[in-house]
Amino acid sequence: MSSPKRIRVLVAKPGLDGHDRGAKVVARALRDAGMEVVYTGLRQTPEMIVEAAIQESVHVIGLSILSGAHNALLPRVTELLHKEGADDILVIAGGIIPEDDVPGLKKHGIAEVFGPGTRLSEIVDYIKAHVKL
Amino acid sequence: MSATQLVEGVLSGNRRDLARLISLIEDEEPSVPEALGQLYRHTGRGHIVGITGPPGSGKSTLVTRMTTEYRTRNKTVGIVCVDPSSPFTGGALLGDRIRMQEHALDREVFVRSMGTRGHLGGLARATSDAVRAIDAFGKDIIIVETVGAGQSEVEVIDIAHTILVIDVPGAGDDIQAIKAGIMEIADIFVVNKSDMPGAERKVTEINAMLDTDPRERAWRPPVLMTNARDGEGIAGLVDTIDAHRKYLVDSGLLAEKGLQRSREELKTIMEHKLTTELMEKLKGLPEYERAIKKIADRSDDPYSVAERLITKFLADYGRRVAESERKR
Repeated sequence: MSSPKRIRVLVAKPGLDGHDRGAKVVARALRDAGMEVVYTGLRQTPEMIVEAAIQESVHVIGLSILSGAHNALLPRVTELLHKEGADDILVIAGGIIPEDDVPGLKKHGIAEVFGPGTRLSEIVDYIKAHVKL
Repeated sequence: MSATQLVEGVLSGNRRDLARLISLIEDEEPSVPEALGQLYRHTGRGHIVGITGPPGSGKSTLVTRMTTEYRTRNKTVGIVCVDPSSPFTGGALLGDRIRMQEHALDREVFVRSMGTRGHLGGLARATSDAVRAIDAFGKDIIIVETVGAGQSEVEVIDIAHTILVIDVPGAGDDIQAIKAGIMEIADIFVVNKSDMPGAERKVTEINAMLDTDPRERAWRPPVLMTNARDGEGIAGLVDTIDAHRKYLVDSGLLAEKGLQRSREELKTIMEHKLTTELMEKLKGLPEYERAIKKIADRSDDPYSVAERLITKFLADYGRRVAESERKR
């Protein structure tokens, strides 16, 4: 509980869909896994997400998106992170993302995509294995 | 990266270095004291406003509206929001940022969320040093939002120049208003959600409490009504904070508080350093372990053991100092 390093995660909803149940469930699971989770709420632009990630000095960004705009918005997040010299932040995504789009997103620096039905423990384990502290 | 490597960046206004430094402060990285030492000369310029009150009373929304008002007055703003860490897992859900979206892209506003990491008192252990780092970074106004406070989370008085205690209509009767604890620390009372029934009654109750306060104070805490959601009363609140600042300066209280804080702080740092060095020396010492066993089986008592160990530590310490002086 007291100090040593904690994994800090930003959970954000890029774009315009208004469904954040999934994001909240994941945020809660990460909290229960001992992480500090900054939750910023709905309708975030990539610029807002990257600025929050920098001010909060997070190790991980989890993006939840169900609107179908993932191919436009998610690469923009990694591009802005790159511009800030913050490529060390692990970026993962979840929501409704067709499998065909996953390779393209990975090419743009999205480390992993977790679709519906993913076990929460899988996300926790993935973060713990891949985060750079 | 070590904390000392970030000092230059913080002083030249690099927000990413500031954010990283705050993380290192939270993680208690070893070079943090040295870094804070280097920053210290650059602090003491920002006005620090503490905000406390029960969960759901509208603290984050109020902070957002105040920030908007400060920005129209050309002041830069730093915000530290503290939320509780889980006593079971150490994890935390930091949600204060949700309400602060309108400043998300304003480079003159820096927002940082912080888990308490087991610390009680309404703040995190790192809050005070984080505020100091933001002060050195050059923000004009630094707002510290405590965890949703119950009745006795009053630690924010050690940091802030001006303390706002937020209350809402309908929460408790007039006896709540005269209880000890957070009701005593306010420089300004804010009754938020003024559109709800009972707001004026709450103001009356707090005023009645203040009327019977035996402390003779030149500054009687004003009781203001706000509706943070639509911005009502916010300009007046910011004016009142300015007036409180002026009062602190003119009355000499600001200087007095500064002295008192420096005294406390030096004491805390020395205590911490002494304890750490002492424990470092004792760790794993057979004599130390034997003494603990004796205390447990009642053949010795902790009071005399503590006396002996400290006397020995101080004697050794004195010898070391004398030796190093001889060498010189």
